[in-house]
Amino acid sequence: MLAVLGVAVATAMLLDMVMLATGMRESFRELLLSQGFDIRLAPKGTLPFDTDATIPGVSAITGVLRSNPDIREISPVLGGSIHIPVGARDVSAAVLGVDPTVQGDYEFLSGRDITTPDAIVANDYLLKKLRASFGDTLNVSAGYDPQTRTYSGQRKLVLTGKARFIYGATEQPAAAVRRETLEALGGGARRDRASLFMVRVRKGANPDSVRDWIATQIPGVTAISVATAIQEVDQRLSYFRQLAFILGAVSLFVGFLLVTTLVTVSVNERAGEIAVMRAIGVSRAHVVQQIVIEGVAISVVGAIIGLALGLVTARYLNSILSAFPGLPMAIDFFLFQPRAAWSALGLLVGSGIFAGIYPAWRAASLPIAESLRREAIA
Amino acid sequence: MIADSAPIVSLRNVRRDYALGAERVHALQGVSLDVERGDYVAIVGPSGCGKSTLLNLIGVIDQPTSGTVTISGKRVDAMSDREATSFRLHNIGFVFQRFYLMPILSALENVALPMAEAKLRREERDARAGELLAYVGLSSRERHRPSELSGGEQQRVAIARALANHPALLLADEPTGELDARTGTEIISLFQRLNSDGTTIVVVTHDEDLANAARHNVHMRDGRIVNA
Repeated sequence: MLAVLGVAVATAMLLDMVMLATGMRESFRELLLSQGFDIRLAPKGTLPFDTDATIPGVSAITGVLRSNPDIREISPVLGGSIHIPVGARDVSAAVLGVDPTVQGDYEFLSGRDITTPDAIVANDYLLKKLRASFGDTLNVSAGYDPQTRTYSGQRKLVLTGKARFIYGATEQPAAAVRRETLEALGGGARRDRASLFMVRVRKGANPDSVRDWIATQIPGVTAISVATAIQEVDQRLSYFRQLAFILGAVSLFVGFLLVTTLVTVSVNERAGEIAVMRAIGVSRAHVVQQIVIEGVAISVVGAIIGLALGLVTARYLNSILSAFPGLPMAIDFFLFQPRAAWSALGLLVGSGIFAGIYPAWRAASLPIAESLRREAIA
Repeated sequence: MIADSAPIVSLRNVRRDYALGAERVHALQGVSLDVERGDYVAIVGPSGCGKSTLLNLIGVIDQPTSGTVTISGKRVDAMSDREATSFRLHNIGFVFQRFYLMPILSALENVALPMAEAKLRREERDARAGELLAYVGLSSRERHRPSELSGGEQQRVAIARALANHPALLLADEPTGELDARTGTEIISLFQRLNSDGTTIVVVTHDEDLANAARHNVHMRDGRIVNA
């Protein structure tokens, strides 16, 4: 039973490592595809919201993009931060300036969306910090000097609704206003600028071809399709994958050793029984088969317990890692995929077969008469 | 075609040496023996005289260093492992001192095991296993596992298992060695009944009652037959 538990722990570790190796990538891919935007345009040489850099000439770029019949929707997004005084406190939040009819940055939850220039929607964290209700007027500023406690570019906005920001980090206060409202908040410096364009292509069109077209037509931006974004993330996450691979391999090896040890001990204890089986005419192949099945049975029972254990530990570890500052809350480090579970189970069963082969071969090769003589002496 | 009158077991000048550490042990030193069909032979002698080694050679689970072993007219002294396994399955039944039943199988499944190995259909082997258990007086214990049976019952299941594939020869190594006197007597009676029903039996024993029940005794000493 202890050995089966050992295999279960090794399986849990293996499953977690398989989930870790692929989870973040898959979860990022699902996140990118969740709103149906296929291409993102970021300032040249950056990733979306990697820096504070912005893309100038939103109207001109929109015009160029509209000339491509494969492009269905364009959503320019301007990012920034806002400050709102609450009593003597300053509450700061990330803010997105968007067109609510084509945006893919937040999920509107309740109240009224930003249908007017003086409207603002906020997420739960910001609402809690503001202790505000729908219909309240907020003094929103683009700048705040903590030394002099003065606000710049202040404007009165009405809190109209609640939203969940898809790319927002855990517990990050965030809000959204219309893009023109955010441009106005920043003064002339941010007029006709965007931090990011999100582009949705026509059904059936190839996003990578459209991305290549954008790269030639608008050289001042970096066009990123979901595939290239995943490639980029893959490169940045190679550390996780290597770590997962090494720990996964170690878990598999530990499981393999456990099963081999257990089956070898069992074979040694039953040497007489095996010799008698051979004596009554049971073939060598049948003995090998029985012992390999035994190894596989231990692996399968351990693996089934391990899968449940792995899911529980993955959930716990995910909750710790997902709280890492700055990460989108929709990103999961450990994403359960049936393929991952099948892979872990397959690897364990495979190792169970290999683990059984050595003891099975030993058992089948035991000289019958010699084994019986030893057994009689024992 | 072997005539029925030919010995079922025939050993000629059989030697069996093996290494014990740096020493070379001469377990059998030129043994020749014939066992007639339908006979009941007890091989007796002090410990280490070569009784079990002789039984192992007759049972084709060991090979002689030199000499010939013929069972049912077939030379078995130089068979490959595959040939020897198949020969044992179809021609020889073994009973051991410690029963060695499969603990996870029922009495019926234990008896059916050699028949499964011989690829008999399930219905056939279950029916035959049932008959054999009835023959050894264990009809009511078919579904019991070995741990639920007494020593005597386990040995009777082992005897039924040894008879599964209609062997020409039944070999037993100290079959009463682990049993009390009363249970041992039951097994001796069972062997006598088997022999009177036509089964050729060779037993190795220290048990005088079992040896006395046999038709012939073969006495061994220091790897040689001293009186057959």
